[in-house]
Amino acid sequence: MALETTTMTMTQDPILKVEHLSMRFGGLMAINDFSFEAHRGEITALIGPNGAGKTTVFNCITGFYKPTMGMITMKQRSGKEYLLERLPDFEITKHAKVARTFQNIRMFSGMTVLENLLVAQHNKLMLASGYTVLGLIGFPAYRQAAKEATELAKHWLEKASLIDRADDPAGDLPYGAQRRLEIARAMCTEPELLCLDEPAAGLNPRESHALNELLQSIRRDTGTSILLIEHDMSVVMEISDHVVVLEYGQKISDGTPDFVKNDPKVIAAYLGVEDEEVEQVIEQIEQIEGGQGGTKQ
Amino acid sequence: MANIASTSASAGSDLTARALRESVFAGLITLGLFVLFVGLKTDQNIRNELILTERWGLLAIFVITAMVGRFLMVAYVQPRLAQRKAAKAAAPEIAKEENFFSRNFSIIAIVALILYPPVILALTGVQGSLKWVDNFGVQILIYVMLAWGLNIVVGLAGLLDLGYVAFYAVGAYSYALLSTYFGLSFWVLLPVAGLLSACWGLVLGFPVLRLRGDYLAIVTLAFGEIIRLVLINWTEVTKGTFGVSGIAKATLFGIKFDASKDGFAALMGLPISSAYYKIFLFYLILGLCMLTAFVTIRMRRMPIGRAWEALREDEIACKSLGINTVTTKLTAFAMGAMFGGIAGSFFAVRQGFVSPESFVFLESAVILAIVVLGGMGSLTGIAIAAIVMIGGTEILRELTFLKAVFGPNFTPELYRMLIFGLAMVVVMVWKPRGFVGSREPTAFLRERKAVSGSFTKEGHG
Repeated sequence: MALETTTMTMTQDPILKVEHLSMRFGGLMAINDFSFEAHRGEITALIGPNGAGKTTVFNCITGFYKPTMGMITMKQRSGKEYLLERLPDFEITKHAKVARTFQNIRMFSGMTVLENLLVAQHNKLMLASGYTVLGLIGFPAYRQAAKEATELAKHWLEKASLIDRADDPAGDLPYGAQRRLEIARAMCTEPELLCLDEPAAGLNPRESHALNELLQSIRRDTGTSILLIEHDMSVVMEISDHVVVLEYGQKISDGTPDFVKNDPKVIAAYLGVEDEEVEQVIEQIEQIEGGQGGTKQ
Repeated sequence: MANIASTSASAGSDLTARALRESVFAGLITLGLFVLFVGLKTDQNIRNELILTERWGLLAIFVITAMVGRFLMVAYVQPRLAQRKAAKAAAPEIAKEENFFSRNFSIIAIVALILYPPVILALTGVQGSLKWVDNFGVQILIYVMLAWGLNIVVGLAGLLDLGYVAFYAVGAYSYALLSTYFGLSFWVLLPVAGLLSACWGLVLGFPVLRLRGDYLAIVTLAFGEIIRLVLINWTEVTKGTFGVSGIAKATLFGIKFDASKDGFAALMGLPISSAYYKIFLFYLILGLCMLTAFVTIRMRRMPIGRAWEALREDEIACKSLGINTVTTKLTAFAMGAMFGGIAGSFFAVRQGFVSPESFVFLESAVILAIVVLGGMGSLTGIAIAAIVMIGGTEILRELTFLKAVFGPNFTPELYRMLIFGLAMVVVMVWKPRGFVGSREPTAFLRERKAVSGSFTKEGHG
């Protein structure tokens, strides 16, 4: 198994490299020596049972937590590298071009849908408005930039099929639309890596199908790599190219969806097994680990 | 048909029965509550003995009032209200046709304000206009400007600032001290006072960046008190509680407003009166208010203004979109402080005298109350609230006819705060989001729809 993953990463260009990441909250080791890679242009899924530490990994990547140990490297298309654990949270989006969404949706609910997407283009517009000074005296460059920003917002609203609600307050949208809006908003920051924390949570099958299409079109059309946490297996298995499984803060499996789906360790840990099947599964695991040369015994 | 009539008749008698029952209950409760308070009274008789006075008649009036009130409430008022509510719900929502007045409200308001001094002058004469232009016009407009300045911090960025008066004080003292010590003119010092206040806004902003909500409010409150105490105790410079007096007046392109030969009145061939200076001040503060409004409206449509509002809505989401929340908060503090400072230097030039007494916590509270009452973020609402609050308290001074009603010992000024407090409670119950609770979006694709107040957040500091 270890051999297989290394050969796979050798051939591909990693966009995000997480090495020996550990996060400790007091006495609790939320993540313990966790390493993985996400590849450019791929959809990488991070899965695991509740409390496995998935969101903690996300918070470390996007700067909301400072990891206790480890290194997170973001490599941009231009070849520029950023060590995310050293950047303040807002600079991760601004410079390293990593955008994220949240498990419990965080909208600017009192602002309209369009305004939400314009806020996301803050840094670009700030520069165009000469840090407000030029814009205040009516500099034409700002007007042009504002128009372009609205165009970009319109583009993503159409993609997320929210164009009809553009002038409604974000808080007025139904749940599924808010999820799509959050993704559209993150995409307006023009990221290279998009981190989605449970984008399909609370969606009905039709909505999660639409989400799959949205994510695939994002990857196809913009080349943005996607890293997602998800519980909905129909989403994970259908769209992801690469799945990483986390349990109790440790990686237990890493590979293609098919590989992970059939990994008995994952079945035991994540998908759960009936009581009478436990012994059977353990036997299977032992067989496999024995077959690998018994290095782990 | 007969069936319906009988049901409604029986419903009516049901209602009357219920109203009677409830009125009896209300009467019993009133009796229980007041029998010892009102029914009996301890008194001293001529021999200084404690005696019990019985006041059954008064008690009966209390009880009967409660019973009748409850009966009317249940039998008539409540059904009427329910009916109206049902009718409102049943009626299809009619698209509100905006009339000429509401469409051009701000232009009409500005024109009215520009015409205000000449109209008053024509109506009340030169000396009579003093009170109306100065006490009402200038006084209200100062508070409008202060509240619009605070609106940037509290209404847009959602940072609760209880020490806003500190910036007002910094502006006022900047002008008072720099003009008395260095003889600089008002027009030079106006922007200087704004800049100095903005700097103090940053000084306050830095330590409180990490604080939110109540904690932020307490620290800003303390900051306001620190500034006031420094003004009181730094006697060598500020002359302490005596204050700075004899502050130079403002000039209009070098023309002084005094009785001299080349003063304004003499040049214009008008009779000498202080009213012209007040009218000049009125137009000056009106201009400053317009500047505040212009900058605020402009800024709301710029990335920084949107970032302020986004900060009020959700700070964490802001960070996730690459917005530097530190600079965003600091600019909000600085902008708010700057307008406070400019208003402060205007205050100093208007009074000709500043002392720390003008910058107590109550001032901060009044300004904040105006912002909350007007509707956080809404310039129109805040202007209306300033007129109601400041104009209202001034009007109460004028109600001398009440002396005729309540006797010559009645002084309406003493009831000012009481009425004021009651009015605020009533307004907040009636309109919890302030006079204008909805929010105007800063950009739109097809149509500009106001965002209902139920979606916007107040911010958590």
